[in-house]
Amino acid sequence: MSVAHMSEHEREEAETREQRALGFWLYLMGDAVIFALLFATYAIMIPGTAGGPTGKDLFDLNNAALETVLLLVSSTTFGFASLSVRTGNRSAVIGWLAVTFLLGAGFVFLEVREFAGMIAKGAGPDRSGFLSAFFTLVGTHGVHVTMGLLWILILSAQVMLKGLTAPVASRLYRLGLFWHFLDIAWVGIFSIVYLPGLL
Amino acid sequence: MFGKLTIEALPLYSAIAAGGAAVTVGGALLVAIVLTWLKAWKYLWTDWLTSVDHKRIGIMYIVLALIMLLRGFVDAIMMRAQQAMALNAGGYLPPEHFDQIFSSHGTIMIFFMAMPFMTGLINLIMPLQIGTRDVAFPWLNAVSLWLSAAGAGLVMVSLVIGKFSTAGWTGYPPYSGIEYNPGVGVDYWIWAILISGVGSTMSGINFVVTILKRRAPGMTLMRMTPFTWTALCASVLMAFAFPAITVACGLLALDRLAGMHFFTNAHGGNMMNYANLFWIWGHPEVYILILPAFGIFSEVVATFSRKRLFGYESLVYATAAIAILSFTVWLHHFFTMGSSANVNAFFGVTTMIIAVPTGVKVFNWLLTMYRGRIDFHPSMMWSIGFIVTFVIGGMTGVLLAIPPADFLMHNTTFLVAHFHNMIIPGVLFGYLAGYMFWFPKAFGFELNRGWGLASFWCWLIGFYLAFMPLYLLGLKGMPRRMETYNDPTWQPYLMVAALGAVVVLCGIASMVMQLYVSIRDRKLTADRTGDPFDGRTLEWSTSSPPPPYNFAVIPTVGDREPFLEAKKNGTAYRRPASYAPIRIPSNTPAGVILGGFAFVLGFAIVWHIWWLVIVSAIVMFITVIARSSDDNAEFTLSAGEVKRMEDERFRELGGRA
Repeated sequence: MSVAHMSEHEREEAETREQRALGFWLYLMGDAVIFALLFATYAIMIPGTAGGPTGKDLFDLNNAALETVLLLVSSTTFGFASLSVRTGNRSAVIGWLAVTFLLGAGFVFLEVREFAGMIAKGAGPDRSGFLSAFFTLVGTHGVHVTMGLLWILILSAQVMLKGLTAPVASRLYRLGLFWHFLDIAWVGIFSIVYLPGLL
Repeated sequence: MFGKLTIEALPLYSAIAAGGAAVTVGGALLVAIVLTWLKAWKYLWTDWLTSVDHKRIGIMYIVLALIMLLRGFVDAIMMRAQQAMALNAGGYLPPEHFDQIFSSHGTIMIFFMAMPFMTGLINLIMPLQIGTRDVAFPWLNAVSLWLSAAGAGLVMVSLVIGKFSTAGWTGYPPYSGIEYNPGVGVDYWIWAILISGVGSTMSGINFVVTILKRRAPGMTLMRMTPFTWTALCASVLMAFAFPAITVACGLLALDRLAGMHFFTNAHGGNMMNYANLFWIWGHPEVYILILPAFGIFSEVVATFSRKRLFGYESLVYATAAIAILSFTVWLHHFFTMGSSANVNAFFGVTTMIIAVPTGVKVFNWLLTMYRGRIDFHPSMMWSIGFIVTFVIGGMTGVLLAIPPADFLMHNTTFLVAHFHNMIIPGVLFGYLAGYMFWFPKAFGFELNRGWGLASFWCWLIGFYLAFMPLYLLGLKGMPRRMETYNDPTWQPYLMVAALGAVVVLCGIASMVMQLYVSIRDRKLTADRTGDPFDGRTLEWSTSSPPPPYNFAVIPTVGDREPFLEAKKNGTAYRRPASYAPIRIPSNTPAGVILGGFAFVLGFAIVWHIWWLVIVSAIVMFITVIARSSDDNAEFTLSAGEVKRMEDERFRELGGRA
């Protein structure tokens, strides 16, 4: 629909959605500041192992690689969901969101299993400054992914109940930004935490 | 069931602490009784607490700020009294109580006085200045307000249940860690800041989007008012600096609650990282507070000098330069921490550089006044008092920016005098100027000038008496935060400083009197035009108080001072040919519910009442989901309704229209 054909009301609605998108971008940039500071904190705390285990002793590259695959593929499937929003294909949107949810849940499962294994080995977050920083950085990302999963459930319900209305589509757009942002944060974690920890 | 909370938490350990608790509880009860007596609960709930109107939210922020100003000032005068009498003796405050007082004084004045005051003024005025009907996210705005109030509530409740932090307003570990501070005080401090900090981050985002996306047609960036420009820069800083204090306090909370080792002495902790994280937020925070005050001074000086602001563009560029540079100076707060000489030199140089754009602004204001026809309204007096006093504070700041000099003055009362010399004139005088300037816009009647001037002179003289002696004491080597001391040569200075606090008290009393007298005489000083000071910008083109929709027809802007221009052209009060229906966001209790449960959440974490933490988190979560799934959060004001309100406005205007 071209701008000329919009009523005053529709124009206001379109402006509102645009403002929400900008606001959400700003929120993501603020979140990026949080991750940046957690990354910096992790980097300076790598030597602070207090005689406890180091990254080399604890990290499993296979697990991290599998997590990476799951999350990156989930970003792709979310992309397909977004494309289906454009074509207005409701069942495809729900289907792709379901796939995204499963991949994301798999990621969270692997992370929880990794954390539980480390804690069982006596390498919990209270063991050393290094481990505090590791659990907090990676865990903050994990909490974000979990929130994203809840958000996927809520929006899937909205798609089912309300259809792909303009407000629901605009919420899906922001969820997409959030989900892709978490991918970028994870790439940072993989390259700064796991790879140098093992190499 | 109640975690760590037992009857022992009541402050019966000292008569003064119990008295403070009694005053807090008594004050709250008194307000409740008065509200009940006036049968005002329903009105308060439907018209104010659930409101999402930016003007009402702004006013509520300012009410919160003024209440917290009183509390913070009580702390201040108690400290001055203690130090005046504590030579070779204990004074009247036990050490632990004194430590709580200086911690709560700083925390309150920065987070719960200055921040809400600033956010309130921006909320109240900025949307009017850019010619829009509300901020971009009205509901989020209410959430921000109630999260700030929840944080303030936690600080207040610590007076009655348990104790407040003794670790100073900066809460440096390892002293603030669980090992040395096992009580609840630091937890109160952490959760008050975390909760209100989320609100401030969201306010910042809200204002940035509002200013970038909702300006009236024709209002280019370089036609925005100086206040809007400073609000924009401060909001960008809020959005990007507040995450840093969230990280600093969050990690400290993890150390305390989960036994982690971010900032502990042993187990690989690194407490210096805390100082960095804290001040990565802390220095931009100084400019978050001061830039909007600079904006207010710019508006006030132009209006009461009857001249266009001198060098508008240089002021805008100076503001933006300060905003960027503010992220590059944080290390000057801890030159003595042991960074290399080169690192210290870098931050010393950036600190001196940031003084340059600030100096530019001083010339903007001076040259605006030059050959102007100055009206010495109280707002103008705050501005002039600010310029003179602030320059002194700036000079001592440049002195402290030299690392070797800082080594001598670090942690002395010289530093205390320096930052009060920046923040009292730079921030508080600015907000009070804005309060007295825009009060008639918010309420439709003017504040009494006489009491306003009395308040100004008391604050100004009280400030000099209270803080100039601290510069000298700092040079003589007196450390800050001393509960007792044994050098008799210090006492005369401390007595003068205490006298200064008493004079400031007279200033605050004058403000209370001003409010009382002005409300009593409101019929005499009613502002029927909406433009009591021959204003220059769009906020003065509406009625006072403005209607819920601000502008019946969104104005088109062709000048930096659009309302002055319109008055010159004779187009100022022109009636539009017709009115259109206006959509307005509906009130919602969701904001106040979220704030209320954020308070409960914070309280429950402080006392380790874990079931209550879970319950309040779930309630907050459901509230957010329910409200954000609502697609019809607006109602429509019909064209006829708008016309009725506008007709009334034009009747009041009488001959002007």
